[in-house]
Amino acid sequence: MDSQIAVLLAQDGLVNGAVYALMALALVLVFSVTRVIFIPQGEFVAFGALSMALMQAGKVPATLWMLLAMAAATLVVEAWRHRRGASVDWRSALLWCVAFPLLACVLVLAWRPTGIAAQAFATLVLITPLGPLTYRLAFRPMAQATVLTLLIVSVALHGVLVGLGLLFFGAEGSRTSAFSDATFQLGGLQVTGQSLVVIVVAFLLVILMFQFFGRSMVGKALRATAMNRVGARLMGIPTELAGDVSFALAAAIGAVSGLLIAPLTTIYYDTGFLIGLKGFVAAIVGGLASYPIALLGALLVGQLEAFSSFWASAYKEVLVFTLIIPVLWWRSLHSRHVEDEE
Amino acid sequence: MTTVLKGASVPPRSRGLVSRRTLTLAAVLALALAWGFLPEFTVVVVSYIGLYALVAVGLCLLTGVGGMTSFGQAAFVGMGAYATAWLCTSPTAAAWLGPLAASALVPWLGLALGLAITFALAWFLGSITVKLSGHYLPLCTIAWGLSLYFLFGNMEFLGGQTGITGVPALTIAGYSLASPRELGVLIWAVLLVALWLLHNLLDSREGRAIRALKSGRLMAESMGVDTARQRIKLFVLAALLAALSGWLYAHMQRFVNPTPFNLNIGIEYLFMAVVGGAGHLWGAVLGAALITLLKEKLQDVLPSLLGTSGNFEVIVFGLLMLLVLQRFADGLWPSLERLGSRFLKPDPRVEPARATALARRELPPAGTVLLRADRVTRRFGGLVANDAVSMHVKAGEIHALIGPNGAGKSTFFNMISGVDDPTEGEVRLMDRPMQAHPAREFAALGLGRTFQHVRLLGQRSVLDNVALGAHLRARRGWLASMLRLDRGEEAALQAEARRQVERCGLAEHGDAPAASLALGQQRIVEIARALAGQPALLLLDEPAAGLRHLEKRALAELLAQLRAEGLGILVVEHDMEFVMNLADRVTVLEFGTVIAEGTPVEVQSNPRVLDAYLGGAEEEAA
Repeated sequence: MDSQIAVLLAQDGLVNGAVYALMALALVLVFSVTRVIFIPQGEFVAFGALSMALMQAGKVPATLWMLLAMAAATLVVEAWRHRRGASVDWRSALLWCVAFPLLACVLVLAWRPTGIAAQAFATLVLITPLGPLTYRLAFRPMAQATVLTLLIVSVALHGVLVGLGLLFFGAEGSRTSAFSDATFQLGGLQVTGQSLVVIVVAFLLVILMFQFFGRSMVGKALRATAMNRVGARLMGIPTELAGDVSFALAAAIGAVSGLLIAPLTTIYYDTGFLIGLKGFVAAIVGGLASYPIALLGALLVGQLEAFSSFWASAYKEVLVFTLIIPVLWWRSLHSRHVEDEE
Repeated sequence: MTTVLKGASVPPRSRGLVSRRTLTLAAVLALALAWGFLPEFTVVVVSYIGLYALVAVGLCLLTGVGGMTSFGQAAFVGMGAYATAWLCTSPTAAAWLGPLAASALVPWLGLALGLAITFALAWFLGSITVKLSGHYLPLCTIAWGLSLYFLFGNMEFLGGQTGITGVPALTIAGYSLASPRELGVLIWAVLLVALWLLHNLLDSREGRAIRALKSGRLMAESMGVDTARQRIKLFVLAALLAALSGWLYAHMQRFVNPTPFNLNIGIEYLFMAVVGGAGHLWGAVLGAALITLLKEKLQDVLPSLLGTSGNFEVIVFGLLMLLVLQRFADGLWPSLERLGSRFLKPDPRVEPARATALARRELPPAGTVLLRADRVTRRFGGLVANDAVSMHVKAGEIHALIGPNGAGKSTFFNMISGVDDPTEGEVRLMDRPMQAHPAREFAALGLGRTFQHVRLLGQRSVLDNVALGAHLRARRGWLASMLRLDRGEEAALQAEARRQVERCGLAEHGDAPAASLALGQQRIVEIARALAGQPALLLLDEPAAGLRHLEKRALAELLAQLRAEGLGILVVEHDMEFVMNLADRVTVLEFGTVIAEGTPVEVQSNPRVLDAYLGGAEEEAA
């Protein structure tokens, strides 16, 4: 390997690492706030990318029908809860079950955007509400369950979403057109505009997230919930808000990641799963708790993947997922006393 | 009135038609008799159900009983399948085996190889995740399940994506098991034996320890259970069952390729365990049968319904799983069991084996210092929860530790019971330094304890809970339990548990689920559990909370009697009347430091104590 190839691989790793970083961020967010290990995170990536691809092909993505079905189901559940005497926050329920789906319908069916930015916006409006709806349908009824049970629910949900992905998008993969077709010569190295877009957008999103958690009231409420669920509730922070917002952010981040990489690699209905899992490896480096370490972990995973695809391309995935073993071993060195589970 | 209520709450037991055991035997017999007449297709399906159930039962043990889980069991099935397939077909293996190659023995060597590799791998994976929280192991199994799948598909010598063909049939004593009708008998025999062994394991001393894992490891460790080791062993056992299933699979299919060992299939195995009822061994068989039959149907129906072909059954399985987890958290087996319990009568009581003797501890003579805390300090960041606390507990005395809320009693309690370590200072138990020693070693040295927040296995009987306390007084391990070589010891443990339950005045509740007792009574169960370990030193965390007046008096009498027998007792308690009438010495903590120590009379007249209790915090005066 000469230095030219090494730099090329490093660049590749950085682009992928940026996407894994976004995944890791979403995973840590969802886990710390809701205790859900959100395996289907990657499915939002595929849903986002493939919905965009269908819109670019001039078709109506079936994810819209899924959104409407889930919104209707959630409304039924909320009405049923209301009848049974549970206090239902109708404002947030209507936001996710009516406002967003309506907007998505208008954007996708009536407006039929042709510009790439408009299509990206429509995709975000389409995918983001899937997060809170998923939360309300699958996870909220078992908010008291153990982390393990929630994880099993997560995996079941992953199965459902991958199956639906196959149904909606078929087994063939798609690519979308790039946000930027520019290429630059940077010291003898060719840099595509799209990879710059990936890195810049990922960087901006990370900054935005830190700002959100550091400054905004909702962000602070989420952090409080992550630290102490009961305490946060006693302080008047509704648990629904925490679940809704963290899952909405996770879905939005997933969709953005999908939009970012779809011009670079072909996305299949099940590609998202592997991307999400690589985000997991990164998140585990940070113990599913630390954002900065998870980001570093993501860059590490990206580099490992890029270089192993050069040296042992057949074993690329094996090497990336086996990384979890030294990571866990390293983590277990730091925990001495028996941890007591909640 | 009470008799009527009792009659209503306990279902009439004698009305049932058959006992559970008879029903099981009858079902097995019916299957055996029908086996020769079933159509070929049914035989194949039933054989597959047996193979899957073997994997699912390991997962039941892991998930429902041990509180862990694995999504990567399919990879272990693959281990078992590929090990035997490679050994039976590869020229390299033939060269190794020399004259043995091509003999009927090779598949059995393949089994040994598969089990050995699986054992090593599962032990390794278990041991790196075991100290971390419970969700790291399943996450690790996802990653590992994927890695192994990619490895199977990429290894040249394993045939890549096409796999290995030409795997020979099994032969036992010259009799070939080539057709599913013959191999199916072996599959179901293996499954039934495995179910029997696991049933025995759960119904033993080690089984109690395994069940204790699920309700948090702190309690199990305090009873002397090495939870890390138990968790690894459980994980390894489930992996070995999967590998065994893989071995049978390879010799049934006669070829292997990576597809059936993919992560999706690993998840399907978990569906089987959860839908059937993790935590119930027969739930695995039910789940395997349901999912297999459903999959068969769905693969027929869905493609024509949806207009395209593909792996769509996973949508239905996932939704089914969500429904089961949300509505029947324990799976379908318990519901089926409730339905059937009307027709079942209880199994005939097995005459207990002759009890062997349990280990007995020589109690130290009265006056010996059992526990000594020497200038123990514990800091949490900037907060000093305990500041140079010194105290000691002697054999044959009751020592009370009191103090207002937030005085640092719980922190101190944690450090003298092996839950936490002091930042500075030293804790000595039986004159041994205990820094960095786990709670189970405190238990081994003769410390018994109760918990401020009751930690019992609510679904298990009071006797079962108490028997867990005697864990360290018996020795029989997993194998002996599986093979029922532990009956004498088990009878002794049960007898000891009954003795302690009677002594603590709960004789009539012995067989009731622990969760059905009042909170005060549950605290007494915890004391009985601690006593079953025959401790020299008893640490009681607020034992009188929630007790009624008469119960308090009975508790005081029990503690006084234990003191007379030579036990040292440390009580953390809020009830002043209880403490002052009972204790020989009292230590008072406030803001993490000892402000007074002495007899109850001395302490009661100490001005600093009066100030702490009456001046500072009025609400504590009660």
